[in-house]
Amino acid sequence: MSNQVAFRDAPFQLRGSTFTMMVLKVSDPHNPNFFPVLSGKIAQAPNFFRHAGVVLDLDDLPAGTPFDMDAFCKLLRNLGLMAVGLQGGTKEQQDAALARGMALISAARGKAETFDPLAGTGRSPAQGLANVQGQPHAPAAPTPAPAPAPLPEPAPQRTTMVIAENVRSGRQIYAPGGDLVVIGSVSPGAELLADGSIHVYGALRGRALAGVGGDQTSRIFCQSLDAELVSIAGLYRVSEDIGKDIRRRQVQIYLNNGYLHIDPLVTNVA
Amino acid sequence: MAKIITMTSGKGGVGKTTSSAAFGTGLALRGFKTCIIDFDVGLRNLDLIMGCERRVVFDFINVINGEARLSQALIKDKRVENLYILPTSQTRDKDALTQEGVGKILDELKKEFDYILCDSPAGIEKGALMALYWADHAIIVTNPEVSSVRDSDRILGVIQAKSRRAEQGLEPVKEHLLVTRYDPERVEKGEMLKVEDVLEILAIPLLGIIPESPAVLKASNVGMPVVLDDKSNAGQAYGDAVGRFLGETIEHRFIKPEKKGFLDRLLRRTA
Repeated sequence: MSNQVAFRDAPFQLRGSTFTMMVLKVSDPHNPNFFPVLSGKIAQAPNFFRHAGVVLDLDDLPAGTPFDMDAFCKLLRNLGLMAVGLQGGTKEQQDAALARGMALISAARGKAETFDPLAGTGRSPAQGLANVQGQPHAPAAPTPAPAPAPLPEPAPQRTTMVIAENVRSGRQIYAPGGDLVVIGSVSPGAELLADGSIHVYGALRGRALAGVGGDQTSRIFCQSLDAELVSIAGLYRVSEDIGKDIRRRQVQIYLNNGYLHIDPLVTNVA
Repeated sequence: MAKIITMTSGKGGVGKTTSSAAFGTGLALRGFKTCIIDFDVGLRNLDLIMGCERRVVFDFINVINGEARLSQALIKDKRVENLYILPTSQTRDKDALTQEGVGKILDELKKEFDYILCDSPAGIEKGALMALYWADHAIIVTNPEVSSVRDSDRILGVIQAKSRRAEQGLEPVKEHLLVTRYDPERVEKGEMLKVEDVLEILAIPLLGIIPESPAVLKASNVGMPVVLDDKSNAGQAYGDAVGRFLGETIEHRFIKPEKKGFLDRLLRRTA
């Protein structure tokens, strides 16, 4: 089948993924109440905290405060928590964290990525097809993701990118972390990529790759399908394999049971 | 031993891609396993001329960047046995080409193919340099007009200075001249350069003269290499050029205006 993803024979799949993880902001580690209070907090939901990964944030630690990474992490472990990463901190603290096998996690707060329509993002369709998402600061340690929990930790916000113009040949647009909406047509030789769904309010004549981070629930919608290639989460179909019956029609494209489906959009207008 | 042929011109719009498609197809028709590579990154056209644009998934740049294997990017022609196309990327630019990256792919292709035909972009910048660096043969596509001839002269100089064969002091790249869009009637009226004039300036062996023909545009628009249109004079002329390249002695055709019959002349006068 031509719509099977390439690189199936690779011995692994490298993907970006998002985990909800606790961050322990340490401002006064030498406060005698520090561990007793933490222990009390953990006692409220012992199962949730058991072997839970935690990222230390030392940005609020006053400069010059002595901090023994080793001893601190051991005390955390005694409470059931595992320090898996360090955010911020001084050079010494970072070295100590690395020595303990912890990851250095840069502050990946919000969306720092900027959109440069012509320079593209350095991503290529091949990367999208292969599900190789180079998410630079994905949590490094494979900690078990805590189940939906009493912690008020919001999931990373999915944003929508809107392009209110025609997308010309040669232009590559990537919507990281969310949907891409194009109000206009997409020319042959143009390429749309999104971690979420792609909506084209116009004719889709170029390439559209939705769910490039591996999201199999993402979809592609367009007003007139004449695409060179469509792909969802790595499964693709080239123009030649798109049937005449659905060409130049309003369609939606989605995955179901591992197959790429292209269905006409049927609207019931009374 | 596989040979690398670069189709180049300096000037744009003279018919490099049309000639690459026709010449490569002609080689494959003669039984040689042939691969045509589009070096015009960002202005991808070869796949359109070859009629395989609906089958492009991975491209040359993906292979250079290690994002796809060569076998995944090569497109097999449906009409001609032994013919493959390596399309390029439309969303990148020439900076995506690296000498080592291109060299590695050509080495790999050399194991499989008899001829590797590099369709060069116009200009004398990076894209064109990458397309000609590894060449064993260069086919210079020239229109019979002064600016095209001057640019061809320039690109010949570049080949003689900047190709791998020049750099390493090997036997020089073999040069061939392909004159395209030749209109014998306009030559006769003095509106176009004669083949002899072009040859006098460029002084390289003449591989073929392709007459101006409506069949070329027609073939391009339906995605068919014009050499497959063996009823057209352009198609026949490309076939002849391939024969000469392979060492056959074939007389040049389509240099003189077609003899008009009495009826033609009569009709023209009244038209």
